[in-house]
Amino acid sequence: MDLNDTAEQQAFRREVRAFLAAELPPALSHKVQHRQRLGKEDTILWQGILHKRGWGAPGWPKSFGGTGWSAIEQHIFEEEAADAGAPRQLDFGLRMVAPVIMAFGNKAQQERFLPRILSGEDWWCQGYSEPGAGSDLASLRTRAERKGQHYVVNGQKAWTTLGQHADWIFCLVRTSTEGRPQEGISFLLIDMKSPGITVRPTIMLDGEHEVNETYFDDVEVPVENLVGEENRGWTYAKFLLGHERTGLANVGQWKRLLKRLEQVARRETASSGRPLIEDARFRDKLAQLKVDLLALEVTLLRVLSAEAKDAKKGLGPVASVLKIKGTEIGQAIFELTMQACGHDALAYLPEALEPGYSGPRVGGEHAAAAAGDYFNMRKLSIFGGSNEIQRNIISQMLLGL
Amino acid sequence: MDFSYTEEQQALQDSLRRFLTKEYDFEKRKHISRSAVGHSADHWKQLAEMGVLGLGIPEAYGGMNGSPVDTMLIMESFGRALVLEPYLPTVVLGAGLVRDVGSEAQKQALLTPIAMGELLMAFAHYEQGSRYALEHVATTAKRDGDGYVLSGAKSLVLSGAQAGKLIVSARTSGGARDRTGVSLFLVDRGAPGVSHHGYVTQDGGRAAEVKLSNVRVGADALLGQEGAALPVIERAVDLAIAALCAEAVGAMDALLETTREYLKTRKQFGVPIGKFQVLQHRMADMLIATEQARSMAMVAAVKVQSEDAAERRRMVSSAKALVGQSARYVGQQAVQLHGGMGVTDELSAAHLFKRLTVINTLFGDADHHLALVSDGLLVA
Ligand SMILES: Cc1cc2nc3c(=O)[nH]c(=O)nc-3n(C[C@H](O)[C@H](O)[C@H](O)COP(=O)(O)OP(=O)(O)OC[C@H]3O[C@@H](n4cnc5c(N)ncnc54)[C@H](O)[C@@H]3O)c2cc1C
Ligand SMILES: Cc1cc2nc3c(=O)[nH]c(=O)nc-3n(C[C@H](O)[C@H](O)[C@H](O)COP(=O)(O)OP(=O)(O)OC[C@H]3O[C@@H](n4cnc5c(N)ncnc54)[C@H](O)[C@@H]3O)c2cc1C
Repeated sequence: MDLNDTAEQQAFRREVRAFLAAELPPALSHKVQHRQRLGKEDTILWQGILHKRGWGAPGWPKSFGGTGWSAIEQHIFEEEAADAGAPRQLDFGLRMVAPVIMAFGNKAQQERFLPRILSGEDWWCQGYSEPGAGSDLASLRTRAERKGQHYVVNGQKAWTTLGQHADWIFCLVRTSTEGRPQEGISFLLIDMKSPGITVRPTIMLDGEHEVNETYFDDVEVPVENLVGEENRGWTYAKFLLGHERTGLANVGQWKRLLKRLEQVARRETASSGRPLIEDARFRDKLAQLKVDLLALEVTLLRVLSAEAKDAKKGLGPVASVLKIKGTEIGQAIFELTMQACGHDALAYLPEALEPGYSGPRVGGEHAAAAAGDYFNMRKLSIFGGSNEIQRNIISQMLLGL
Repeated sequence: MDFSYTEEQQALQDSLRRFLTKEYDFEKRKHISRSAVGHSADHWKQLAEMGVLGLGIPEAYGGMNGSPVDTMLIMESFGRALVLEPYLPTVVLGAGLVRDVGSEAQKQALLTPIAMGELLMAFAHYEQGSRYALEHVATTAKRDGDGYVLSGAKSLVLSGAQAGKLIVSARTSGGARDRTGVSLFLVDRGAPGVSHHGYVTQDGGRAAEVKLSNVRVGADALLGQEGAALPVIERAVDLAIAALCAEAVGAMDALLETTREYLKTRKQFGVPIGKFQVLQHRMADMLIATEQARSMAMVAAVKVQSEDAAERRRMVSSAKALVGQSARYVGQQAVQLHGGMGVTDELSAAHLFKRLTVINTLFGDADHHLALVSDGLLVA
């Protein structure tokens, strides 16, 4: 047993670092480090830079234009990229729909969609949830009726994250009402510019526009956009969720944010008048988070190593362990960051999150995002399958209860 | 021992709740929060007519001479309805300070207009770098002939851009964290040298950063004794904390209610989600936390009247610590149990959660007050 990077892994880490030092635009990194608002163009810019280097898809096999990196190498890359302040690559295309297209799509779909995901030309969003189908996804009702060479789609999706920017949406739709609810679901790829699609913002509790409602009114989707077989979509959807949940462990991002919190604690003043970091009670909380995050990181690496040995198996229910701990640790970091800012976090100054803002502030620069982040990140334990649902999965699948 | 309310108290609470249910529903509240001033002059007037604004003011000045227990009843109702009107800065802090240490002339000039709803007040005390330390006052007041010249900057002044009068703490002597040498002054917000940057707070309320550059005030602006304001400030803040504890309990009650309703109506997997035992237990824990908080809000309301300052502070800190912890738990869990809807701007749950978060931070968070209780163990 050895917890250190191997010589090859060390060399790889150095290579990644050198690349980030040379290619990550400082202005972009500054935005990320200071939790300023990122625009669509920021994500696209970074994806383009990665693509140019051949690193557009860290998780894909070489045959599809990916890096062919092992799970551990991907983790190293993500960790270094997060540490350097690179924006997160957009999961919906790279980590969600692409693996499904690779595993279950046909050659024409692979050739048409994958290169555009790699280059960042297509922005994807996810159309799973509906107002009446959240945790109980199988109860979804958006219908797709086959009429000749088209499916005609009618219904409503909820919570489409960043759907306002999207070119494509991958949707679960009902193609049959026979049998168990899971059995009549299909996986469709839909062009967001299709007539009949309306996207309406849902405003989050921190005032931001991040999710949407997406309405389908007689939307025609060519049958060639069906992935795999009709009525087999549930299998593909479950396959995809396993991919989503490792991403939610977010170890690299949390490491960077914890480091930042440590800096904040050095800059802020405790009620005693001393630096906040000297307050033992506060420091204990910070230390606890470091311990928890280390444990999560090693757990993630254990899972990834095991997966690397048997890639076919996929992650399965242990992904739920990572999702629960990852999101809880993330929420705790945001909460402690807000706490570190004291009163200063209470001012609502969303304009201060725009790059280049030079107006009045309350407290240090880090205070502007603190409370909004804390409020917004309550979502972490809700989306991607709520933490209650993850615990149900653990008790049923891992414990056999 | 007696935990019951008097008939008058019960009647006051009933009529206030009726008024708020009718006139201050969640949609109206949203609208008020988005208006330029952030509260409603109409509602303020009506609260004055109901006697709510004069509650803690002596009868001689047009008030009802009520106690912190009366304030508790009011704040609890305000908490349920997420009331934005500046009761805390104007009535609890502003009128409270004038009532406790004001001269006869100051009382005459200020208390009646406050009770009538004609004057808003703000308490400008905290500064950048003070965190929750009440003794940290770097703003200075230099004697100048008969009067004083004030200079400094105050942070997170609740209603600081709306109030007609500010009560400003400033040092007439001593170093930035000495217990003596702090004085209070009444300052017109429009006085030359006073500038402010007002903003919306995370809960939809209003606050301001206030700057004082060579603000000249007369001798009659001094509120209470020169240099002896710290104990007065501590008591005023304790009164405010007691009020906030009650407000938090009201907000927790409302969250329990709305979450319970949600669990009974929201269906997934063919059943109301309230049928899932894990959610039932979660709500049971939320109820326990709320009841514990209710008890401590009562402790705060009664013990804040204690003559013994050390005992008063210990009890109020105990209450703020526990109420803050409960508020955090109940708020976070209520959002969680609402699923995605809980993190949108649409439902009251998110707004109650945000208010509870703000209450936990104001005048010291749960950790801060637990630390005060804990440090107190060394002195006994
Ligand atoms: C910010 C955000 C972004 C999102 N992005 C997307 C997206 O891009 N695409 C997409 O398709 N979806 C997205 N979602 C939807 C997300 O997947 C759902 O919100 C989630 O699955 C929960 O469903 P719900 O909100 O309907 O909550 P409900 O299912 O109504 O759950 C309410 C509460 O009940 C609990 N509960 C439900 N069932 C059980 C049970 N059996 N046992 C115990 N507890 C239970 C839940 O844990 C929760 O606490 C997003 C959600 C959010 C908040
Ligand atoms: C020290 C001691 C002294 C006692 N003295 C007496 C006595 O003087 N006279 C007497 O008559 N009895 C006595 N008891 C018995 C006691 O009342 C039982 O132990 C108790 O009711 C629990 O029952 P059980 O031990 O069979 O556990 P079980 O009922 O088997 O419970 C096992 C676990 O399952 C949980 N559980 C069970 N049902 C549910 C449910 N519906 N939902 C969620 N969780 C559930 C329980 O909370 C527990 O964690 C005593 C027990 C102890 C330990």
